[in-house]
Amino acid sequence: MSIFVNDRTRVVVQGITGKEGAFHTSQCLAYGTQVVAGVTPGKGGQETQGVPVFNSVRQAVAATGADCSLIFVPPAFAADAILEAADAGVALIVAITEGIPVLDMMRVKRHLATTKTRLIGANCPGIISPGQCKIGIMPGSIHLPGGPVGVVSRSGTLTYEVVHQLTGQGIGQTTCLGIGGDPIVGTDFIDCLRAFEADPETRAIVMVGEIGGSAEEEAAAFIREQVSKPVVGFIAGLTAPPGRRMGHAGAIVSGTNGTAQAKITAMTEAGMHVCRDLTTLGAFCADAFAEVLAC
Amino acid sequence: MKIHEFQTKELLRSFDIPVPDGVMATTPETALQAAGGLGSWPVVVKAQIHAGGRGKGGGIKLAADAAAVREAASQLLSMTLVTPQTGPQGRKVNKILVEAGVSIARELYLCLMVDRAQAAITILASQAGGMDIEEVAATTPEKIIRVAVNPLLGLQPFHCRQVVFGLGLEADTGKACTALLNKLYTMFVACDCELLEINPLAITTSGAMVALDAKAEFDDNALFRHPHILVYRDSDEESPLEAEAARFGLNYINLSGNIGNMVNGAGLAMATMDIIKQAGAEPANFLDVGGGASAEMVENGLRIILGDPKVRGVLINIFGGILRCDILAEGVVQAARKIGITVPVVVRMEGTNVDEGRRILADSGLNLITAADLHDAAVKVAAMVQGEQQ
Repeated sequence: MSIFVNDRTRVVVQGITGKEGAFHTSQCLAYGTQVVAGVTPGKGGQETQGVPVFNSVRQAVAATGADCSLIFVPPAFAADAILEAADAGVALIVAITEGIPVLDMMRVKRHLATTKTRLIGANCPGIISPGQCKIGIMPGSIHLPGGPVGVVSRSGTLTYEVVHQLTGQGIGQTTCLGIGGDPIVGTDFIDCLRAFEADPETRAIVMVGEIGGSAEEEAAAFIREQVSKPVVGFIAGLTAPPGRRMGHAGAIVSGTNGTAQAKITAMTEAGMHVCRDLTTLGAFCADAFAEVLAC
Repeated sequence: MKIHEFQTKELLRSFDIPVPDGVMATTPETALQAAGGLGSWPVVVKAQIHAGGRGKGGGIKLAADAAAVREAASQLLSMTLVTPQTGPQGRKVNKILVEAGVSIARELYLCLMVDRAQAAITILASQAGGMDIEEVAATTPEKIIRVAVNPLLGLQPFHCRQVVFGLGLEADTGKACTALLNKLYTMFVACDCELLEINPLAITTSGAMVALDAKAEFDDNALFRHPHILVYRDSDEESPLEAEAARFGLNYINLSGNIGNMVNGAGLAMATMDIIKQAGAEPANFLDVGGGASAEMVENGLRIILGDPKVRGVLINIFGGILRCDILAEGVVQAARKIGITVPVVVRMEGTNVDEGRRILADSGLNLITAADLHDAAVKVAAMVQGEQQ
């Protein structure tokens, strides 16, 4: 099992003929993902990498039964692309695009709340259920199929580091996803934690957070109340100076809000296993998850 | 992006929001001229820097006549202003704002901001105008009125009533406040603000509302659709290395330590800074070359890191994944040769062809130290620091 996506997920790629879209489509196809359609307005009727291209998501969904959209559309047009995919009724949207204006995302998030569509991202690496499908830009090769660990993170390459270390310890993953580094994202930590808790094959969880906002604190409170599985937490940005945006639009300590220390404290108080040293996170997980890994 | 107070007020004026008459000046002579043009005394002379707390640092002066304006202006324009927000090194004052004095009956606090937790534009208001709102929030949170506006609905009359009655305003000022809120909300959305703060918002002795001080911050991601705001960028307020990095599309922040570092991806970059600290050193910077990272990016990044004279060692941490490490290693070697590295550089990379990549680094004859993994990299950074201390 896995969360949100599996080997039956049928993907339409919005922006499939762009440089990034084309490259990562080839990588997803190579991993075995069912990429059934692409959308580039004006290029409908063409075919690329054996995938039919349509002018609109509605046409793509009608012709191919796609139920998930992977978005590589440039930031100025990305909010529109997300809304179009939701309008076409896809169940899941994975938005990779970095740099979408925050007011655009605010409207998108509010609108999606009135639909049944789930959005992952934007500004995220996507989602992978190792051995089943890869819907995003992460390197497939570092993942190990078979579970039992679910990984959720705000970042891209930091997630790869974490997964790489898990795999190095022989610890497999059910699903790994990045929720995105922007201030406003579609799916939050709590949505993922709830799904991991409900997934029988996920028996332990790694949550990777960073400075800024209060999503980690809220997630910690949720874990204390509603998550029975062991959770390892890590927070990046202990040395980040206040008032500066650390690459991610959302990673900023404002006044006393959003510090790494406050998040670590909240996670510790919630009974999570807090790892403070990224260089040994894999071994830390092997230790913290020893009980569930044994069975 | 932050802009100056005089620029914020220019924007406010364009949205018909009342601000005191004022002129920006860069010399005592033009300040004097500006004060004369305002036609009334006293005037206020205010240092223009991208940091708050200017009053506490002595950056705002009242001047009753021409002589006082000249004195205030020459003082401010020769000063490095230290406020609670500038850090101890302070900020050089290059511009001042000369503004007409306002006779104040009452001071309020009003702010619109992006509320990430609620996905809303939230209005904050308080009767405690002129004070640091974080202080008010910490000591008397009940005195802050907080109204979240759903951006799909926009500002509604009931939102305004919550603010007006919350502040205990009289009928006439209440009307003025509602009109003001509507204009501020329009500007906030039209300009893609992240923050629009009026503190203090003055109610004058004649009952009018005037934005005495104003601060605006804009969403960097939205600047592409606001060229008229982009021209407000003041490179004097940025560190030269940061400005150069921005030209190459690199995310660079200069810090006080001496171990430079270059990483692909913001989250891993923050974590790498933390690792440097745990290894017993202090990071000299934050540098995210982007999730993909290319040889060219690495070259530009290395040049910027080494442009900081504090740097005594460098850690390059690239989790390529799909990226080919041999190509990356070639890039690092070429960059190191071209720039001429003078300090040890620890390189940790992960991706395809990693062994070939490491061989290229080892065979280069340069001071490039390869690290097998992140843990090994931390150990080698610690060794670098200890070598420095001996």
